[in-house]
Amino acid sequence: MSDEPQPRVRVTGPPRRRADVVRPAGAREIDAESALGEVFMRSLLREQLVLALQVIAALGLTVGLLPLVFHLFPSLGDVRVGPMPVAWLLLGVLTYPWLVLLGWLYIRRAESNERDFADLVGSVLPEDDR
Amino acid sequence: MNTGILPGVVAVVLVSIATLAIGTFGLRISRTTSDFLVASRTVRPRLNASAIGGEYLSAASFLGVAGLLLTFGAEMLWYPVGWTAGYLVLLVLVAAPLRRSGAYTLPDFAEARLGSRGVRKLCSVLVVGIGWLYLLPQFQGAGVTLRATIDAPQWAGSLVVALVVLASVSPGGMRSITFVQAFQYWLKLTALLIPVFVLLAVWMADGAADPASAAPASWSIPLATPGGGIGLYTTYSLIIATFLGTMGLPHVVVRFYTNPDGRAARRTTLAVLGLLGIFYVLPPVYGALGRIYAPDLVASGSDTLVLELPSLMVGGVLGEVLTGLVTAGAFAAFLSTSSGLTIAVAGVLSQDVTGRRWGTHRLGGVAAFRVAAVIAVVVPLLMSLPAQDVAVARTVGLAFAVTASTFAPLLMLGIWWRGLTPTGAVAGLLVGGLGSGAAVAWTLGTSPSSGWAAALLGQPAAWSVPASILTMVVVSRLTAATVPAHAGRFMVRLHTPEAVDLQR
Repeated sequence: MSDEPQPRVRVTGPPRRRADVVRPAGAREIDAESALGEVFMRSLLREQLVLALQVIAALGLTVGLLPLVFHLFPSLGDVRVGPMPVAWLLLGVLTYPWLVLLGWLYIRRAESNERDFADLVGSVLPEDDR
Repeated sequence: MNTGILPGVVAVVLVSIATLAIGTFGLRISRTTSDFLVASRTVRPRLNASAIGGEYLSAASFLGVAGLLLTFGAEMLWYPVGWTAGYLVLLVLVAAPLRRSGAYTLPDFAEARLGSRGVRKLCSVLVVGIGWLYLLPQFQGAGVTLRATIDAPQWAGSLVVALVVLASVSPGGMRSITFVQAFQYWLKLTALLIPVFVLLAVWMADGAADPASAAPASWSIPLATPGGGIGLYTTYSLIIATFLGTMGLPHVVVRFYTNPDGRAARRTTLAVLGLLGIFYVLPPVYGALGRIYAPDLVASGSDTLVLELPSLMVGGVLGEVLTGLVTAGAFAAFLSTSSGLTIAVAGVLSQDVTGRRWGTHRLGGVAAFRVAAVIAVVVPLLMSLPAQDVAVARTVGLAFAVTASTFAPLLMLGIWWRGLTPTGAVAGLLVGGLGSGAAVAWTLGTSPSSGWAAALLGQPAAWSVPASILTMVVVSRLTAATVPAHAGRFMVRLHTPEAVDLQR
């Protein structure tokens, strides 16, 4: 029994890149950390950060303003929509679809930014394959 | 509550058996080490989102929120809103880069980004501290649940959860836990959703009384008591803690590494947003109906509202079945969150404490993990025995304040700013961690009081988060010469899509 060879262990990893493909110029610039590669990276980072801050601003200017609005106009506490106080409707129900919508918009724009970046540095990103 | 202990017992036993059975099923298809640690990084977004939801919706969400809403009203809606919005902030700031970093835990990320063992050690200490602070209310809630449903002594529920968690975590592994957690999300949703239909039907049949009529005016205003400047401060501080704290939770971060790539990490996060949104619509219904049907619970601590409302509103067999269902959901909540946290804490402890050489002895990997799991569970279990009177959702809220003041600045600056240095990170983590930690210890250790000092210490995020970020930036600027040499290369790895062929 112990003479049997050990079962072969398979080591898995990310797919190997094919050696015969000529790597695009943009990717080489980034790998070499040249000035041009630096420009590519900075523009990607800036676009994604600006996008993220836009989403956070949209969140802050809607949901984030509610405490201030209720602080300034406490009479809103008496407003009803059907049987629900308006605060319960806004925070208990409507906030959630709004968060999902913001997330969905963010993903669309972030992936489009990444596709633009991929085109720029010269490789092809698969089209949306969800 | 002596009358119907049967549904509670049945529910607890069934959930425990189902958890262990699904875990065992997962073990069969869990073959490789990679399966064990990261489910081979092949978990699809939908399954992964269910698993994150299952792990994330803790006792605080299942029991605590409805009880706080019953007593305090709209101001407590900020807890579920913040816990969900935290995933939106996580999505836009850290989801894809964190997956692309290749880090498995927060200490891994810190070490990879900053190239420093010191930062790693500090992060490990913080993960363990935050994990224990978060486990504490889970065990407390389990005690409350079993006392309310089957009249067991308070410590019994904590002990049962601790034992089931240990039994499922030690042989477990990420692949099987993924299925368990996903199952528990849907169980929790069902356990709240089905009773809601019945309860709303009863409410309509009774003439649809107005829940707000019996409540004070502040019940309809989403500002913390006592209102005014202090109320505004407390509310915004809670918003900062929950919006930013989510990204630093150790058990959430570990799950992101099971995604195949950055795109999948984003999609997973969006699905989590949807799943949490569906779930969090339900606790307010219990809170509002409780105002009409459970006025006795308003004044007393009300973590048991969700458990008691079905039997208060619906009698007979149907009431008992519904009670069994919500008990099952509550128990699933303790189990899933506790096992996720135990894995995260035990993983760090086994790397940095129990796996080290002690004298002439050195434990092997699996043994070290098991010893670490025992330590990870026993310490908060002992802590949960004396501190019995703090509302579950509040303790969890304090844990969020600590993560928002420590790991959130580290992740945000580490991902978006090349200039972060190891010294700057350590200084910021210490300022944020000691500041918010001292405030939390003071709040848990003293009796509740009012005034600005109590507000500042009871809800520290609004000052401790900016202090932490500012310290990281200023100290990093002062030590700019020690920016890690690989920072630029690491930024390429974090932000470029996997399909672009680059050296990472």
